Amino acid sequence: MRFDTVIIGGGLAGLTAGISLQEAGRKVAIVSAGQNAMHFFSGNFEDAGPVRDRVAALFAAAGVRTNATDGLQLMAMGKFKNVSLTLEDVTVFPDEHIAEKVLLVNFAGYHDFFGTFIAETLENLGISCRIRFVRLAEMESLRTSPSEMRSVNIARMMDEYWEKVVTDIRVLHKDEDLILLPQVFGLKDAAVLDKIRKALPARVAFVGTMPPSVPGIRTQMLLKHRFEVLGGTFLMGDEVTSAALHEGIISSITTRNLDTVRLFADHFIIATGGFFSKGLVSTPTQVYEPLIGLDMDYSEDRNAWYNEEFFESQPYMNFGVKTDAELHPFKDGEPIRNMYAIGSILGNTRKEDFGTAAGLAIRTAFAAADAIKGGNV
Amino acid sequence: MKPQEHTASAHNFEECMKCTICTAYCPVVPVNPRYPGPKQAGPDGERLRLKDPYFFNQALKYCLNCKRCEVVCPSGVNVADIIQSARIKYGKEQPKLRDWMLANTDFMGHLARPFAPIVNGVTGLGVTKTVLDATLAIDKHRTFPKYSYKSFEGWLKRRSKEQAKFEKQVAYYHGCYVNYNNPQLGRDFVKVMNALGYGVQLLDHEKCCGVALIANGMSQKATKNAVHNVKALQKAVDAGLKVLTTSSTCTMTIREEYPGLLQVDNSGVRDSILLATRFIWQLLESGQAQLKFKKDYHARIAYHIPCHLEKLGWGIFSTELLKMIPGVEFTLLDSNCCGISGTYGFKKENYEASQAIGKPLFDQIKSVNPDFVACDCETCKWQLEMSTDYAVKHPITILAEALEY
Ligand SMILES: Cc1cc2nc3c(=O)[nH]c(=O)nc-3n(C[C@H](O)[C@H](O)[C@H](O)COP(=O)(O)OP(=O)(O)OC[C@H]3O[C@@H](n4cnc5c(N)ncnc54)[C@H](O)[C@@H]3O)c2cc1C
Ligand code: SF4
Ligand code: SF4
Ligand code: SF4
Repeated sequence: MRFDTVIIGGGLAGLTAGISLQEAGRKVAIVSAGQNAMHFFSGNFEDAGPVRDRVAALFAAAGVRTNATDGLQLMAMGKFKNVSLTLEDVTVFPDEHIAEKVLLVNFAGYHDFFGTFIAETLENLGISCRIRFVRLAEMESLRTSPSEMRSVNIARMMDEYWEKVVTDIRVLHKDEDLILLPQVFGLKDAAVLDKIRKALPARVAFVGTMPPSVPGIRTQMLLKHRFEVLGGTFLMGDEVTSAALHEGIISSITTRNLDTVRLFADHFIIATGGFFSKGLVSTPTQVYEPLIGLDMDYSEDRNAWYNEEFFESQPYMNFGVKTDAELHPFKDGEPIRNMYAIGSILGNTRKEDFGTAAGLAIRTAFAAADAIKGGNV
Repeated sequence: MKPQEHTASAHNFEECMKCTICTAYCPVVPVNPRYPGPKQAGPDGERLRLKDPYFFNQALKYCLNCKRCEVVCPSGVNVADIIQSARIKYGKEQPKLRDWMLANTDFMGHLARPFAPIVNGVTGLGVTKTVLDATLAIDKHRTFPKYSYKSFEGWLKRRSKEQAKFEKQVAYYHGCYVNYNNPQLGRDFVKVMNALGYGVQLLDHEKCCGVALIANGMSQKATKNAVHNVKALQKAVDAGLKVLTTSSTCTMTIREEYPGLLQVDNSGVRDSILLATRFIWQLLESGQAQLKFKKDYHARIAYHIPCHLEKLGWGIFSTELLKMIPGVEFTLLDSNCCGISGTYGFKKENYEASQAIGKPLFDQIKSVNPDFVACDCETCKWQLEMSTDYAVKHPITILAEALEY
């Protein structure tokens, strides 16, 4: 089967590149072994500042609304973080003094939302914070099995029953000027967020929960849908198993499901993610890229891989595949001239040029798509 | 201490990192509160069951075996296989008469076929449905698949001489559905293969693939069928034939479930069992054969990918073939289970869940408003035709209808 570009990995990086190329009329296939880091997304596109207007436009066309404002996000564990581009779910505050009085509402029995940590942070800032719980009869069924009280399941119910929660919160509300809620609303459609904001008597802010991330899953689904509507081919649950590399050019790849039917393309993008998605693998003796065996930028001294202080920045986070200025990866010292490595597979190796985290994924995706559109193999 | 280099565990269950992504995509979880969800029923429960079979939970029977959890798992855990294996290993519930009837698709087909006009008439009657509902707990909202008066096997046997004249040959594993309920699909398949220059032959007696037997707790009988089928397939493969199929579920069962769940070695035949859509696409793509289509063919088609085809990863062949037909306006429906999953949706206790699972799909079909829906799965067809106002056609049937002669 023949495509203009084949992208290996359908996370944020692969999808952003895929949509950008499909928008330009290219024929693209994305092969993705499973779901990805978006399912853990906090809602903040770290380091995306330099491309925020461009990415906001690409997302808007997919139905993903963003907030391109500099400010602070209140995180799940009660810390503040500087942001410049977030999903619309995130309320961006100008400074830490987010309110005079806060009402924090959680669902009874939901343990993936840490109200007490948040309350502690706020009280240290001199903001009073009252924690209250709501309990809906409709949610009793979730209690019967331990894996049910999770963000996604609550969100599914909330798409239907959000008005009942609003009614309960109105009863709980006294004179607080800010109401904090867990990010468990708007799994299919973010419109419910605005409805809740309008229906409550104070400002409303949604705060992240433990995974899975409701805004992240919604975003992933919308981006995949957009890619397919543009005519892209998404092979979900398939895994690329080998690449035919000859004299610095890849001509085709194979996948587990398509076995003898090879995918041919002029360009290839490898966006298989970091350790989490198995784009990078570590064993007790080495760190490597498992698909092609790309050259790595990492320390061979195992003692230099990690910092004993768990919460300090960990050196292994910097490990990634080695690339040239155009993001071509290397195999045995030679660049692969029609392949681009983007997203978490780079670790922090290109931090200076492209930043880290989601910003890295988006910025390298644009760089690769632009190079391909420019036609330089 | 020597650190563990590689983990190896049955169905990869040790690879689970507890991310709950599978639970987020399982179609049963949102509609059936009694189902613990893939993570809990699969890798988490497996740890407990390995300690003590006491922890086996009967609620595992609510799993559709749709494999969606496996498709989305980022760690390559074969979640559905863990669940189905546990049912085989620990499940003690004796199948009820109802489950036995639903599971024995070939036996029921044999029984019903000679009386097809009567059976169809009777199973269609409100009274009969109410009786089935009350006595067998088969939901009365269900329309039974129609049984055909003449089997496909008989039809093809009568044409074996004519088919043998083609220089190039393929074997056809037709499955129960084509044989008893929809022989027209088999005839369409033969028409398309003949147009491509291939004659079609039957296997030396195929049996039901066994998917419904597995789902209804009759794995021993399923294993017997599997052993028989692998032998029959091997005979065809040894004669140098590819074995083509038109059912995505039969194909997935023979290729994946025989070794994965039933421990029946299929390595000698696995690579030769192909969905017809894949085989045909390859013929056309490589220029080894051509098809001539009607000049005035026109159809607005919405394609639904069946779960088991998504698991196989071969939906792309169906969609590429449909897009190849001149005059087709193609829409890809979002990946969503239709809810019936073989015999699951026929059971009274599952009816509501089954309809709720399929609802987003039914709604999308209505909003797209195509001329008809395309889908490779027989049970999807029942479900979608019952739950929407649209006809559902197999891609092979669509090809046959669009052919010039
Ligand atoms: C748990 C977690 C939470 C994070 N949260 C944030 C956040 O809140 N904000 C932020 O800015 N950044 C966050 N990050 C950083 C994150 O890595 C990036 O934001 C970004 O989502 C990474 O995208 P990616 O496409 O490079 O990789 P991934 O999202 O990891 O996607 C890689 C994909 O490739 C697939 N794949 C791997 N190998 C193969 C193969 N051989 N064949 C086919 N497919 C393959 C994988 O299955 C996966 O779907 C987080 C990272 C993790 C791990
Ligand atoms: S998706 Fe895979 S890794 Fe995640 S919880 Fe389910 S089985 Fe475990
Ligand atoms: S096979 Fe389908 S129904 Fe069963 S656990 Fe997996 S996703 Fe859920
Ligand atoms: S019948 Fe419905 S349940 Fe089966 S595979 Fe088709 S989509 Fe899924």
